[in-house]
Amino acid sequence: MTPPPAALIAELTHRCPLSCAYCSNPLELERTGAELATADWLRILEEAAALGVLHVHFTGGEPLARRDLATIVRRAASLGLYTNLITSGVRLDDRAMGELARAGLDHVQLSFQDADPEPADASGGLPGGHARKLAAAARVIAADIPLTLNFVVHRGNLDRLEAMLALGERLGAGRIEIAHVQYHGWALLNRDRLLPTRAQLEAATAAVREARARLAGRIVIDYVVPDYYAARPKACMGGWGRRALNVSPSGRVLPCHAAETLPGFDFPSARDATLGDIWTRSDAFARFRGVGWAPEPCRSCAHLEADLGGCRCQAFALTGDAVRADPVCALSPDHGIIEQAIARAEGNGPLTPRRFGRPAARR
Amino acid sequence: MSDEAATPRFRPGVRFRFDEPRQAWILLAPEKLFMPEGTAIEILKRVDGVRTLGAIIDDLAGAYQAPRALIAADVIAMLADLNAKGVVRL
Repeated sequence: MTPPPAALIAELTHRCPLSCAYCSNPLELERTGAELATADWLRILEEAAALGVLHVHFTGGEPLARRDLATIVRRAASLGLYTNLITSGVRLDDRAMGELARAGLDHVQLSFQDADPEPADASGGLPGGHARKLAAAARVIAADIPLTLNFVVHRGNLDRLEAMLALGERLGAGRIEIAHVQYHGWALLNRDRLLPTRAQLEAATAAVREARARLAGRIVIDYVVPDYYAARPKACMGGWGRRALNVSPSGRVLPCHAAETLPGFDFPSARDATLGDIWTRSDAFARFRGVGWAPEPCRSCAHLEADLGGCRCQAFALTGDAVRADPVCALSPDHGIIEQAIARAEGNGPLTPRRFGRPAARR
Repeated sequence: MSDEAATPRFRPGVRFRFDEPRQAWILLAPEKLFMPEGTAIEILKRVDGVRTLGAIIDDLAGAYQAPRALIAADVIAMLADLNAKGVVRL
């Protein structure tokens, strides 16, 4: 029997008030008119609870772009699911915060683009956005809801990591997540200008080590060395079809939010089948589950059980073949792709901000 | 840290409960899931925000008929680890 997933990633919408150059959502975003209705999400949450899901992560896009967010959160909380709102915070006003707190929201993960307002607003593309995030953080704390601050880091802001950690401390976060850009979707377009240098990375890792010692028992700091500088790949999503399922704004049920970039898949829709059926019976979830699909050099590798061959979407994006070792692995025959990207990481062209409303391919 | 008069409690946002589908005890924290086993479960069942660290140790030493110092070392080490992970406040 397939063990149940622990997490549901509920991508409520692709709409977003920010336009970050490092956005890892797909190049082609799903349109508002294609989004699931409130009733669909309420049913999906019931199916998730029945399947054994524990955490629900409401994300997007910006989940607060949906007016029915509190209704959806309330149903999740009433089902005993642990509810996490992943938000940019720029629309988290008093009214929204009050509704969500009353709905039983358990936790907020608030994203910041930088520690300083000027580069933060330049990065998010919304004037005044940083100030609104600061106000949102205060509302979360005042509502007595545990707060995580999430900083997406890259070459342009990594040198201000210590200021980011200090901001988290000042705002009362219980947890700070330092997330290196993941080079999927839009972010891959800008990779050569976002990838930090090795020297930057070493300084950042040292700063995190120091802060962890200083803040032990008060603030948890989650930080993972970025893929491109790691010797071994990550078991992406904790394994394909093993820990989590992702429902896209239009109801596609995916093993991860980038999976629709892979060719040769017909991802099932939550409109047509239950999450339980999709999790246990669909070809899409079975395809890369476990290690049976793995090619060489993974198949005979001692690390296979730990990393499961890495990320399928990254393998496809970089090599054109989803059934290859993740090139970030130093043992991959394609690892040269990563070494070349790192060598180019000194370049300084302009970034391309996320654009909405038209497909990137036809820009 | 090893002040036995202190009262360990779960941090806000942490839930400890039995999960029927998995037939296992689980600890749910912000974006984290822990699956405690064995004696860790017995320790966590006694973290109720009322009992002091000393009372938890006394209770377990009685339940397991084990030397108090041995139990104390285990309990303190486990709670310190969960404190570092942001699950328990000491």
